[in-house]
Amino acid sequence: MIRAKSLTRRYGPLLAVDRLSFSVEPGTVLGFLGPNGAGKSTTMKMLTGFLEPSSGTAEIFGHDIRTQALAARRQLGYLPEGAPLYGELSVERFLAFVAEARGFRGGEVKSRVHAAVDRLSLAEVLGQTIETLSKGFKRRVGIAQAILHDPPALVLDEPTDGLDPNQKHEVRRLISEMAQDKIMIISTHILEEVDALCTRAMIIARGRLLADDTPEGLLRRSRYHNAVTLVLDDLQTAASRLSELDEATEVEIRRGRLTVFPSGRGNLFEAVTRTVRDAGWSVSQIQLESGRLDEVFRKVTGAEEAA
Amino acid sequence: MMGNLGVVLKRELASYFATPVAYVFIVIYLIMAAVFTFYLGGFFEREIADLEPFFRFHPWLYLFLVPAIGMRLWAEERKSGTVELLLTLPITAGEAVLGKFLAAWLFIGLALALTFPIWITVNVLGNPDNGVIVAAYVGSWLMAGGFLAISACLSAATRNQVVAFILAVVVCFVFLLSGLPMVLDAFRGWLPQVLIDAIANLSFLVHFTSISRGVLDLRDVLYFGLVIGFWLAANRIVLELKKAD
Repeated sequence: MIRAKSLTRRYGPLLAVDRLSFSVEPGTVLGFLGPNGAGKSTTMKMLTGFLEPSSGTAEIFGHDIRTQALAARRQLGYLPEGAPLYGELSVERFLAFVAEARGFRGGEVKSRVHAAVDRLSLAEVLGQTIETLSKGFKRRVGIAQAILHDPPALVLDEPTDGLDPNQKHEVRRLISEMAQDKIMIISTHILEEVDALCTRAMIIARGRLLADDTPEGLLRRSRYHNAVTLVLDDLQTAASRLSELDEATEVEIRRGRLTVFPSGRGNLFEAVTRTVRDAGWSVSQIQLESGRLDEVFRKVTGAEEAA
Repeated sequence: MMGNLGVVLKRELASYFATPVAYVFIVIYLIMAAVFTFYLGGFFEREIADLEPFFRFHPWLYLFLVPAIGMRLWAEERKSGTVELLLTLPITAGEAVLGKFLAAWLFIGLALALTFPIWITVNVLGNPDNGVIVAAYVGSWLMAGGFLAISACLSAATRNQVVAFILAVVVCFVFLLSGLPMVLDAFRGWLPQVLIDAIANLSFLVHFTSISRGVLDLRDVLYFGLVIGFWLAANRIVLELKKAD
């Protein structure tokens, strides 16, 4: 388990991470969400031992990152932002270096490298120089070096950033596969990723923890949660009729779509479908909304009025 | 059993030979050494069977070539971000600093060793004092280590390799010449004589010259050892301070 206790980091006068406390259990995919410069990467750099906290500390499976730095690092695999690699080395040579640095020797270096290579389908580029690889392959090499020693916790800083949609999908699939019984901490500013990958999300802005919830829990905070959106011909008539429902608070027309917001009394979706049937409108689309993360994100990070 | 020091060292050396750096450096080094020895040093014209004209120019050769090797040590890692990878592995900063330094020092040692044909030549042509030559080789390598430790430390101070190179050349130049009037005059008049003597004693040139005369004095060896130790300790501190930027 990973436990952060009042983790704080200053860069000169700038407070990058402000008394962050949380704990994560195995089997969790925790997403760090936040605008650029929110302190996500700095937090990860402290957890992985690259940066010393200005105050506070964290424990990685019982090892304090300040007093037992090396023991703490052994429990972690880390993909730094942008997946930096020694470009001049071949994939095999690079992974062998990481395996040796992780303390493996002799035949075990080979078996570890091959296990990671199989896992990430890198066999075809094993002998290639890293800098000649495509971005997707480079990212996979970055993940391979992080999982070489089969750590109980992985910290991945923007693992899908800069990849094309297919590569993104591929990396997400890999992360989901590896997620069982590990702790995964992933940072991202792509909201769909949270829904697709995470079992828990923390919204961080200006170094502070602003929300800590499941993705469903975050969606429940959206005003769109359980709202009903319709596409039909006579928007105005429908809007005035539906706004009178006891189950609805207000309606909104945007880009040819009518959205009815729930008041919290009764089942709005049922009420709307009943009204549609009774009135005999020809509706081409009707949809129950689960909530919109981007709206929650803006609300929580205090940038709502800018949207 | 290979420690983490060896792991870092091995990876560094692999990088040298995976890029043209190693080959370009060795070829240029050998050509320059030969040019200095035969043209400026007058190796044949002197008609003396020793390697004085060869070693005499080593400080000047190192002044530019060693910072060229040292500039990439940390600046490149910081620029590409691999420093984050390296320092989050279960390797201490001390092991990383020392491993990188040793790799570069061994590499320079290899280039130096490849000048052996001139040693053979001088033995064919006459009867040189081979003890003096061995001492001079050791002294030359020690001096290269001093230049290298300075370059490594300054490389950690910036992510720009050109800046690292220029800073290293300047600092190496000051260390090289601190025994000469052009440096000492700057201090004369406002520093006590004891300190001026101390500064004069910091000169690479003074210590190297005394070793290359064939006197492998423990004090000279200790001097280079201390210079290397000091700059590597500084390297660790600079790395710690600058890695977050």
